[in-house]
Amino acid sequence: MLNGMLGRKIGMTQVFTADGQRVPVTVVQTGPVTVVQVKTTDKDGYESVQVGFEPQTKAKKVNSPMRGHFKDVPPMKVLREFGVDNIAQVQVGQTFDLTIFAEGEQVNVSGISKGKGFQGVIKRHHFQGGPETHGSRFHRAPGAIGNRTFPGRVFPGKRMPGHMGDRRVTVRNLKIHSVIPEKNLLLIRGAIPSHTGALVEIRKQTARPT
Amino acid sequence: MHTPLIQWVESQQLRSDIPNLPIGAQLRVNYRISEGEKERVQAFEGVLIGKHGGPGRPTSTITVRKVTQGFGVERTFPLHSPRLESVKVLRRGRIRRAKLYYLRGRAGKKARIQEKV
Repeated sequence: MLNGMLGRKIGMTQVFTADGQRVPVTVVQTGPVTVVQVKTTDKDGYESVQVGFEPQTKAKKVNSPMRGHFKDVPPMKVLREFGVDNIAQVQVGQTFDLTIFAEGEQVNVSGISKGKGFQGVIKRHHFQGGPETHGSRFHRAPGAIGNRTFPGRVFPGKRMPGHMGDRRVTVRNLKIHSVIPEKNLLLIRGAIPSHTGALVEIRKQTARPT
Repeated sequence: MHTPLIQWVESQQLRSDIPNLPIGAQLRVNYRISEGEKERVQAFEGVLIGKHGGPGRPTSTITVRKVTQGFGVERTFPLHSPRLESVKVLRRGRIRRAKLYYLRGRAGKKARIQEKV
């Protein structure tokens, strides 16, 4: 069984549990995905399954090298790799759908966060800032960024203003509220990164090597 | 504004047994509450002073106000909650706005709403 799946974020809403609790959920249209390539230790040095999501309908978007890659399966728009329980059982062309997930299971969801543009240190790094009034002339500036002649430079990684968002973010331990196979919909409790309509990766929580 | 898929998910949550609730009406809301292990139905009677969330949305709520022993009490109920046993319109009111928050600042005879006939 594949330990992850691709989907598109549809948006958020609210559902009720049987005992009347309101649950905020994100609706994700998930899968199906088709196996495009099986990577093995012998050939590739590691084990993994490359899957494709969303059929590519425009022939001109598939260039010649990719046409070779898709020789056994229809061309796909998105390719991603996921781990798998038993690599021997997986064949190219096999499809997986969202029934690999169970209701109540915890997953990790990755996506590209919403771009916030160029932001100051208060929004970007949660700096405190200074007082707005009482004669203060220090408001939202970053303040001192280093020492003096020694070391005479600003250390790498110093938190400063800059571009915020639009990077890959993973939110862990999100609970799957419900799985709706008829519509390929997952309801995931809580918010997930990315704007609506964007690609997200939903991964099962596999045992991490100790 | 919402995509058809969100609308579909929300439509699964909606209840069809909710009557039309006009603002200003005297309502009796029967709401199931759990006391420890037991569950019972509690009735809340008061004036509907506001509705939130559009029709066809499971997020919609109603705010009901009553005055008990001189204290104003307002409760907000999720309209599509499975805990909501029933809502009954006891009497309709003649009002001119969508939110009757002005009742909060009034007491006694001034806080009355004329019945709509």
